[in-house]
Amino acid sequence: MADRGVFAEEAMQFAPQLYAAALRLTRNQADAEDLVQETFLKAYRGFGNFEQGSNLRAWLYRILTNNYINSYRSRQRRPEESDLADVEDLYLYRRLDQLEQVLASRSAEDQLLDLFTDDEVKAALEALPDAFRVPVLLADVEEFSYKEIAEMLDLPIGTVMSRLHRGRKAMHKRLYEFAVGHGLVERTSETQPQ
Amino acid sequence: MPDCNETLRELQTYLDGELGDEAKKLVDSHLFECNDCMQAFDFHAELKMVIVSKFKPGEMPRSLLDKIQACFGPDALTGDGDPKPGVGA
Repeated sequence: MADRGVFAEEAMQFAPQLYAAALRLTRNQADAEDLVQETFLKAYRGFGNFEQGSNLRAWLYRILTNNYINSYRSRQRRPEESDLADVEDLYLYRRLDQLEQVLASRSAEDQLLDLFTDDEVKAALEALPDAFRVPVLLADVEEFSYKEIAEMLDLPIGTVMSRLHRGRKAMHKRLYEFAVGHGLVERTSETQPQ
Repeated sequence: MPDCNETLRELQTYLDGELGDEAKKLVDSHLFECNDCMQAFDFHAELKMVIVSKFKPGEMPRSLLDKIQACFGPDALTGDGDPKPGVGA
């Protein structure tokens, strides 16, 4: 078992990342601060359970995520919808293709970046029920692997994949709608599924 | 060789780098032949990067650092509640 002081020091370097993640999860500063503080307290008390040499960052995120799911989510009274309308792959990807064509006709660089505002991307993620939002955050923003996310959320890897993929598709569909709103794509050119 | 639907179904797993070798080969073989799917994969690879870039980390309040330091004090191991504010800073 490692020295507790060394552990504290190593864990400390992840504080800014954990705070950023907590802010994204809870959406408010006071809750984010409390969540981070509780995470470090639990980590410090439970550091004997940390396997030396394994991924400390993933271990801390697991504590953070579990804490959020078990206390903050219920406190914030978000509806715990566990379902999301499925979006058919071909339908969605072909529609998104239209965005690609819009981009091809422009000349500036970093065009895709300019298609949506930061707020739109955040809103598209915010709109997801937590069962989908948390896996998407962990995969796309924190860049954890499917296996790491499955361990963090205590879910089978298949469930993580399905929620992640469906969550992203719902998010992409919303982004597409923002693009339609900007007049980048014409609604009439949509092809209906089935 | 998989068709467009089967290929697009694997798009996310492929871009996440989580697709097995065999399945990846099949997707690659389709992408080599199908420009439409190749474009979709390309677009989504870029979209993934755009999404990450839109979530720039927020600045951490300095006061939080002190509170975290307090979590590492000897009190943290015996106490059953929150660490005392300002201790161990």
